[in-house]
Amino acid sequence: MSKLILTTEGEKYVVVTRRFGAPPKTVYQAHTEPKLIQKWMLGPEGWSMPVCICEAKPKGKIRYEWANAKGAGFHLTGEFIELQPYRRIVHVERMHLPDATPDNHIETKFEPDGAGTLLTMRMTLPDIETRTRMLSSGMERGMEASYVRLEGMI
Amino acid sequence: MIPRVFADAVFCLTITNRLYNVLAMLDLDTAFAALSDPTRRAILGRLALGEQTVMELAQPFDMSQPAISKHLRVLESAGLIARRIEGAKRPCRLAKGGVEAIDQWLAMLRKALASNYDRLDALLADMKPPKRRRGR
Repeated sequence: MSKLILTTEGEKYVVVTRRFGAPPKTVYQAHTEPKLIQKWMLGPEGWSMPVCICEAKPKGKIRYEWANAKGAGFHLTGEFIELQPYRRIVHVERMHLPDATPDNHIETKFEPDGAGTLLTMRMTLPDIETRTRMLSSGMERGMEASYVRLEGMI
Repeated sequence: MIPRVFADAVFCLTITNRLYNVLAMLDLDTAFAALSDPTRRAILGRLALGEQTVMELAQPFDMSQPAISKHLRVLESAGLIARRIEGAKRPCRLAKGGVEAIDQWLAMLRKALASNYDRLDALLADMKPPKRRRGR
């Protein structure tokens, strides 16, 4: 299969495209049926998704929970906004780490491409103001521990 | 007192690790492991003076270029340094600042998505209804 292409669109969006060797209907199902999602949406090796709620309808809820063997875990929540079966999904999601990250608005398109599918996912990056705020709050909460560890090493 | 440049590098790394989704899956320890080696800390110190090539970096150390390259790969995968391509050279610089934090985030997002989609390829192959072969 063709490799993933990831580009930014201005300051605000990230666009990911990828071709798959199955028709849009199948790829769409793999994005909306919990039993299928649990098999692939796992990020780096070593993680599983013990909880997967995906109500594929407008205002339907999304909840994915990930866990690894070391006992670490986190989850994502979201809501569907618009679904055009086998063609397009619009939803918002946020990670809980445990504090919620800003809402990420995502549009996923499934276009026929020969016998396969061209998938295009367009997601929003946090805006500059949010990034700055995240930076400063990250500094307050996370930096002290890092500095202490770093001082021990230098 | 921590040199400002180290603070920046670690700061940048910390925010990316803490605050962006994909990074929740990655080990923060990778970064600290990268900083635990004296040669790698010295490399960071030299890069604080500005961008340098592998050859320039190898000079003051009693080490071969491949050995230095290996350290650079560790630093790079920990998100502490960034490299660009300039002809046959790949000059290194310290990774710091918001723009580079975003670049790192994108690189890790790409990595996580790539593993997801590779798994999806396999799943889609399984989902295909078995094709009936017509007798020849």
